Amino acid sequence: MNNKLITLMLGAAASVVLAGSASAGTLDDVRQHGFVQCGVSQGLMGFSVPDAQNNWTGMDVDFCRAIAAAVLGDATKVKFTPLTAKERFTALQSGEIDVLSRNTTWTMSRDTSLGLKFAGIMYYDGQGFIVNGKKHPEVKSVKDLAGATICTQSGTTTELNIADYFKSQKLDYKLLTFEKNDEAIAAYQDGRCDSYSTDQSGLYAQRLKMQTPDDNAVLPEIISKEPLGPVVRQGDDAWFNVVKWVYFALVNAEELGLTSKNVEEMKTTSTNPEVQRLLGVASSDGKAAGFGIGMGLDEGWAEAAIKQVGNYGEIFDRNVGKDSPLKIERGKNALWKDGGLQYAPPVR
Amino acid sequence: MSFEATARRQSRSSIWNSGRLRGIALQGLLVLGLAALFYDLALNTAANMASRHIVSGFDFLWRKAGFEVSFSLIPYSGEDNYARALMAGFFNTLLVSVIGIVLASLLGLVIGLMRLSRNWLASHIAAGYIELVRNIPLLLQLFIWYRLVLTPLPQAADAITVGSASLSNKGLTLPAPIFGHDAWMVWVGFLVAAVASWMLSRWRRRQQEATGKSMPTGVLSVLLFVAFPLLFLAAVGWPVSFDYPVKGNFGFSGGMTLVPEFMALLLALSIYTAAFIAEAVRAGIMAVSKGQSEAAAALGLKPGLAMRLVVLPQALRVIIPPLTSQYLNLTKNSSLAVAIGYPDLVSTGGTILGQTGQAIEVVTIWMVVYLSLSLLTSGFMNWFNARHRLVGR
Repeated sequence: MNNKLITLMLGAAASVVLAGSASAGTLDDVRQHGFVQCGVSQGLMGFSVPDAQNNWTGMDVDFCRAIAAAVLGDATKVKFTPLTAKERFTALQSGEIDVLSRNTTWTMSRDTSLGLKFAGIMYYDGQGFIVNGKKHPEVKSVKDLAGATICTQSGTTTELNIADYFKSQKLDYKLLTFEKNDEAIAAYQDGRCDSYSTDQSGLYAQRLKMQTPDDNAVLPEIISKEPLGPVVRQGDDAWFNVVKWVYFALVNAEELGLTSKNVEEMKTTSTNPEVQRLLGVASSDGKAAGFGIGMGLDEGWAEAAIKQVGNYGEIFDRNVGKDSPLKIERGKNALWKDGGLQYAPPVR
Repeated sequence: MSFEATARRQSRSSIWNSGRLRGIALQGLLVLGLAALFYDLALNTAANMASRHIVSGFDFLWRKAGFEVSFSLIPYSGEDNYARALMAGFFNTLLVSVIGIVLASLLGLVIGLMRLSRNWLASHIAAGYIELVRNIPLLLQLFIWYRLVLTPLPQAADAITVGSASLSNKGLTLPAPIFGHDAWMVWVGFLVAAVASWMLSRWRRRQQEATGKSMPTGVLSVLLFVAFPLLFLAAVGWPVSFDYPVKGNFGFSGGMTLVPEFMALLLALSIYTAAFIAEAVRAGIMAVSKGQSEAAAALGLKPGLAMRLVVLPQALRVIIPPLTSQYLNLTKNSSLAVAIGYPDLVSTGGTILGQTGQAIEVVTIWMVVYLSLSLLTSGFMNWFNARHRLVGR
């Protein structure tokens, strides 16, 4: 009996020692599970929000679906993990999720000291403020917010930007931070805080959920740069390439005029060599274009993503643009040809 | 048994035959195994973090914080470093825990006594309170109290003002005392008041033993604690000035503000924990044999005095261990503050975690701080319990 106990303990100790294993690449893991584990927010309209039947919609959600379509051929093979601002990086670092698509701002500290890499900028945003025009009709700009109490969600760049801006303008303020966005909005509506601050897209989204949306005015100033994009782990170059080039494929598709409706037709009829390279059309001598294979995917990677999810413009319009309740203008998120900042390197 | 056989048997015995040495060897092996396990976990964690290029170490604590907190006992601003932010959070946790423990104990004692009362209404009100409060999760109660505290409070523009104090949904704003050069004399005053109070209680006891009369000195004791510090402050020329709050567009600047989040958290924690303490008090009092209260009545003690002088001191032996658990629960439950925006240790630590991504270091700090608080509390309560032990049992 005692011998058995000793053997058991030694065995357990040995197995733990041997357990510190190296992990295979995320691309292989995703292929093995058969789905992409996508980290999203807990409910931000336009970016990632579940409806009553737990169907997720939003720009970040659609991006994960595009990755699933490109890698696995099926945009529905995604599982969503709602994360707070506090736990999002830990979830990615620990391997709990494969990609973090949660309106996360690309900053240097996050890019360099957390073991993470940003794979692109899905949405160029900036931080703004919202006030209740009825309660404080004299506030027309952020500079009128001296002495105000401002509510935000804790653990984001929002607090830092407010501190920097108010210090540079030499205004004082009080800050109230909450774990969840909903609690911050509730406190703002109660009047506990005079203003609520987050990325401007978030302000428009949250305003729609308020009791009296029209009483609330978004102030004109944008006090920071907030480039929002997907994040993956460092040291996993194959997966990083896949995520990065899925994003570039969506932007290139809009530039080339490929939409979810016409991509199948364009594959057979288009003579534009850029379209042919993107969609993996074999050249006249039967040789494959090779771009998908070079990343470890099959040649129809971009076609699947565009057909099942849409190009960047369709994703934008559907979730935050003219076909959505938010009706946000393309603005900085237009293609570079139209005066915006969305620019993708060529597929060649 | 022949003598030679026994001798032969003894010379062939090994250390494994001794039960005591076997036990020690096995326990030593277990300790080694556990130590190896923890060491391997630590190595594994360090290796994983290095391979993922996650910077580890506590150096991030000295970086500039950049965020404000809505309420802080120590002076803190966004210019200070993360370590000071954690200190501010720690003192906020301590404040709400200490005051919560005091309030919960008082309320729990009252409710427990009510539960045991022979008055039907009192005992049923207490029973209803205990059943209701114990069975609703604390987080829900916290949200309810936050709404209950915020809803009746007016907006800052319509704040209720009494002199320089104001009450609005931004909190209770009072003039903040600024202590000048010799203000430490107030502590000397408190010390002198403590000594005087102790001498007063000794005089009172001697009078009671000599003449049997009980002098009411409670109020005088309290007055001493107020009068002596004030006297000492006056003696050094009154180095206290006040920073008066100034009403602005959005509330008050200057002065000191007690935020409604603090009130809501304090109320929720105290009322929740008081229900559990009430049951512990009831258990303790019921554990004292009935003969004690009958003997006290036979001696002519009124029921209130009998409870205070005879029953409760004996009941304390049974009350204190579960009371310690409830105090620890209250301290740890104060971490729910993050749900309503009160900047306690978990809330400020969470902000730092979100900004720097140093999850392991921040969680380690939380664990160490809460463990230390809990060990201190339970150590003190165990000492207190030992003092109330019945000697000779």
